[in-house]
Amino acid sequence: MSSGTEKDIEVKDTTEEHSDNSENTAKSDSMSKGEAKKFYEEKGLDLSPDVPVKPKPVPIFEKSLADKISSKFGDKIRVDYVRADRIRVTTKREDIVDVAKFIRDELKYDHAESVSGVDYPDSSEIEVIYHLGSYTDEKLGRQIFALATRVPREDIPNPGSDTTRTPSLRDVFYSVEFHERECFEMFGVYFEGHPDMRRLLLPEDWADIPPFRKDFKIKGR
Amino acid sequence: MTTQLPPGMHLETVDDKIMTLNVGPQHPGSGHMRLIIKVDGDYIVSCDPDPGYVHRGEEKMAEYRNYIQNIPHLERPVIHDSSNILYPYCLGVEELLGIEVPERAKYIRVIAAELNRCIYILYWLAIYGIFLGHSTMFMWPAGDRELFIDLLEAMSGARVTHAYLVPGGVRNDLPSNFEERCLRQVEYFEKRLKEYEAIFYQNPLLKARTEGSGILSRTDAIRLGTTGSVLRASGVDFDVRKKEPYDVYENLDFQTIVMKEGDSYARSRVPYLEMFESCRIIRDALKKMPKSGSVRTKLKPNPKGGNDEVYRRVESGRGAIGYYIVSNNRPEPYRVKISVGSFRNLICMPYLLKGEKLGNMPAVYWGLNYWPVEADR
Repeated sequence: MSSGTEKDIEVKDTTEEHSDNSENTAKSDSMSKGEAKKFYEEKGLDLSPDVPVKPKPVPIFEKSLADKISSKFGDKIRVDYVRADRIRVTTKREDIVDVAKFIRDELKYDHAESVSGVDYPDSSEIEVIYHLGSYTDEKLGRQIFALATRVPREDIPNPGSDTTRTPSLRDVFYSVEFHERECFEMFGVYFEGHPDMRRLLLPEDWADIPPFRKDFKIKGR
Repeated sequence: MTTQLPPGMHLETVDDKIMTLNVGPQHPGSGHMRLIIKVDGDYIVSCDPDPGYVHRGEEKMAEYRNYIQNIPHLERPVIHDSSNILYPYCLGVEELLGIEVPERAKYIRVIAAELNRCIYILYWLAIYGIFLGHSTMFMWPAGDRELFIDLLEAMSGARVTHAYLVPGGVRNDLPSNFEERCLRQVEYFEKRLKEYEAIFYQNPLLKARTEGSGILSRTDAIRLGTTGSVLRASGVDFDVRKKEPYDVYENLDFQTIVMKEGDSYARSRVPYLEMFESCRIIRDALKKMPKSGSVRTKLKPNPKGGNDEVYRRVESGRGAIGYYIVSNNRPEPYRVKISVGSFRNLICMPYLLKGEKLGNMPAVYWGLNYWPVEADR
């Protein structure tokens, strides 16, 4: 009997402690903005949200590669940026096969590291971006060449049958085969000329819109 | 009657001589994926990999969480190589937010990454051993893994899912006697590794099954865009740690392991030899590491990335892992694309298994260093 009462007392004690703790946290949560600012300043944290923008010098080797491709294609491409080890070029989808062939044959990039889709519903476009690298050329070991194109996006997608399509680069870079299949199912971008444009990761009976589009929302978020 | 099938669907033709087998997704020999294999007698005619059974939408989830909240779930695709899959994310976010990492943290990150690489390779080696019917090779690596799991537990507090690397450095400093303990474990581990050579790699049964099977030529390895040990076993000298050194890898002393044969034996041996190099890196890093100092640059609360994008990659146990992060002035990334080694090596599966005997399928399949959960993300 005595042990039972002791236990009861213990239980009561802990519950009281818990309620105290929850009150404390509730107080700290309801800190006003001014208090919060003071709290962070005392801890030495900076609240300004901006990212420091440091101008960086344009690297010479990467610039020479970008000049090569822009002198060949002129207005057909747009060089988005040239940074250390990274070049990004945007082109229209009609020209992408020619540009990719030039990158493979003249600039000596030989494989694709990744093919990503990025959905931009505001401008009704989906961007397809190929990250290319090189194994054979010693100088290009550090480099990644990003080749991007934009395709129109339809509000009610019908993957494979609507205008969201672009030529496949599978004949130029064999390694994009599975990456393009993934992009097709996740964004609904149909790659023309791809020999095996089937779903890869999604189930066969997936009947919703392509899930990586921005209008596909995660439940509860 | 011909019917118009929607894109992505196709009808199969049936051949009397050819039998279709589904290897997986429940069969342990394939991991959490399915291989649709067509066999003519004992020989594989075609193989169609069907991944996606463990697709969790990590990339979609990352768009709904801020840069710090993303850390724990992004390591889930490969929990036994968690430092390496978080590494490029941290590098990318640091570049986006303009954060400098303290020198000591860079060394600690390299040590954590190399310990994790060994843990992953030992886990893979254990599975590779048991599927070739070599149960000693299952027990030994599974036991020796504990050495490094204990070290990472002392560093991070968790046995498997460490979430130790964070943008700006590492989560906490090393425990007080870590250096001495780590050196002792590494020394013992190297001694153990040498014993693997005689019992497994010089075993005539292993050699008979793997030598000359599933040969991937140098040209094809490049053309198919393979990565990691598959690429290096085919004679291509490419390791991101050497070619595009991140953090402090350029100061450290190690070699890239390259083999020319391109068969399953070479693919199983390259990761093994890389563990010796990992031990070298850990020793060297412990020697060169600053003995004290900060290990983490504090981030602003809920930091926002600019209107920018970044592509960073590192070398993991299974090859290069690249993160493509697009930011649009919000605390959450606009898009995160994870390009993983397993997914990139998937493409050579139909290529290598064609013409192989069905009984030899595990030797080729597991030799690819493939991890289904990572490939699906």
